[in-house]
Amino acid sequence: MLNYLKLIVLGVIAIFAMIAANYARDVAYMVHMIIILLVSAGMFLWVLRRTDEPVTPAPQNEYMDGVVRAGVIATAFWGVIGFIAGTFIATQLAFPVLNFEWAEGYANFGRLRPLHTSAVIFAFGGNALIATSFYVVQRTSAARLWGGNMAWFVFWGYNLFIVLAATGYLLGGTQSKEYAEPEWYVDLWLTIVWLVYLAVFVGTLVKRKEPHIYVANWFYLSFIITVAMLHVFNNLSIPVSIFGSKSVQVFSGVQDAMTQWWYGHNAVGFFLTAGFLGMMYYFIPKQAERPVFSYKLSIIHFWALIFIYIWAGPHHLHYTALPDWASTLGMVFSIVLWMPSWGGMINGLMTLSGAWDKLRTDPVIRMMVISVGFYGMSTFEGPMMSIRAVNSLSHYTDWTIGHVHSGALGWNGMITFGALYYLVPKLWNRERLYSLSMVSWHFWLATIGIVFYAASMWVTGIMEGLMWREVDANGFLVNTFADTVAAKFPMYVVRALGGVLYVAGGVIMCYNLWMTVKRAPAVEASAAAAHATPAE
Amino acid sequence: METYSFLRQLADSWALLAMFAFFMGIVFWAFRPGSRSLHEDVANIPFRHDDKPAE
Repeated sequence: MLNYLKLIVLGVIAIFAMIAANYARDVAYMVHMIIILLVSAGMFLWVLRRTDEPVTPAPQNEYMDGVVRAGVIATAFWGVIGFIAGTFIATQLAFPVLNFEWAEGYANFGRLRPLHTSAVIFAFGGNALIATSFYVVQRTSAARLWGGNMAWFVFWGYNLFIVLAATGYLLGGTQSKEYAEPEWYVDLWLTIVWLVYLAVFVGTLVKRKEPHIYVANWFYLSFIITVAMLHVFNNLSIPVSIFGSKSVQVFSGVQDAMTQWWYGHNAVGFFLTAGFLGMMYYFIPKQAERPVFSYKLSIIHFWALIFIYIWAGPHHLHYTALPDWASTLGMVFSIVLWMPSWGGMINGLMTLSGAWDKLRTDPVIRMMVISVGFYGMSTFEGPMMSIRAVNSLSHYTDWTIGHVHSGALGWNGMITFGALYYLVPKLWNRERLYSLSMVSWHFWLATIGIVFYAASMWVTGIMEGLMWREVDANGFLVNTFADTVAAKFPMYVVRALGGVLYVAGGVIMCYNLWMTVKRAPAVEASAAAAHATPAE
Repeated sequence: METYSFLRQLADSWALLAMFAFFMGIVFWAFRPGSRSLHEDVANIPFRHDDKPAE
């Protein structure tokens, strides 16, 4: 019966998409409607072939891991795509000739930059968060995912969102809000997917067999709820036409700017921090084989973090039309935020107390530990940069970009790699990883890549900040903007080189994970076999 | 009083106090007597049901 309903809905969507593609007012919208048409028509056939066929009920005494496996593959895939896109646009900045004439308007820096940010944050990070949250909530609740195939809807629906967002950017379908570029219909689709995600997660928590909700789930839940709230408010817009991608924001002026950075900073706070802390609180104890250092600290960490992060957004708007009191409030809360951040870092690091020798023998735990180290570094740098006087130097310079990348490549990237290295042998039932020495290679390539990246951006950021404010004895500016651009060239080359190293590490990881599935437990070349991870 | 000024004053007085009190309540709740054994128990949740759900 449900299948008939699905067929009706899919048929209606397919027909609407056909009509909409025909009436489309712009290319981005037309291409999106064709994608939606193909997806809904394909799903129509898929459902049709299964209608009135006998179904085998899902076994309730097993975890639902198929969707987690799909999420792991998507994470690794989008990760490498996003890193390559980032490295390419970094090279474009150093060598503008790479903004090819023939691809003008599609593959120049302005179009590719949101493609890179969304690919790494939402495609790589988002798939990692969805996959690990599904894995963790089942294990810590001792219950199978609630809602049957709704989890698959979340996975495919979210990845359809990614495809629509990415193709939209290239074709110019953007509402020009940083990290919230997708247009109104893509936003609506993500809202539906996200509410289903919330339902699956909460439904699993409700039917849990453990009386207590483990702390990792608190972080995941706050991430899901807050992102839903942020997404809806920052994307309040009215479409110009139902057959076009253009929309007009409901807020305007400084209210719009404040809403955007309330969204933007909490995307960092709840998507890239709270969600990934959920990963930290599960995968570090599991890989270290010891419980978290202090459960009390984890409770205080959670509540302090979510109470304070939500107010930090105005520090993006120093020296703007925003009232001083609001930007001071953002600055003060950003500095207070240092404490819970470091509380969480200490909790993660000290989980290894009494097992520090694992750092020497297990490259996966090394990866997780350095990610927590980068978390501590960037959560010190961030509050410092939010101080108005520091911000007057750092804002609009490459220092900001360096800060973001030490957090994103160091903290989010490394903890995700660690989680993937933990998950793949578990999910594909392998005794161990294919090669630990490849994990070490990945670790060092990524770490050195981040050091190149962050160091070159510190130098170029502070340099251009100082050049912009340099005045001569008569009070005239000494440097033109083009002077600063020329001076930055060597650092841009170093930054791109750091990106190449990071991509290389990611490719090695993909090969290693692929071979783990295909070939492990193939015996590894003699030396590494001596300190292979013991089977659990 | 206009809405803006009212909300602004409410936010930096009673609302701030209420949230701070709630937060302090959580801290005291975390350190309440008898929480140690509970926390030791729940910190081990990740090590219990690795392979299949509880019956």
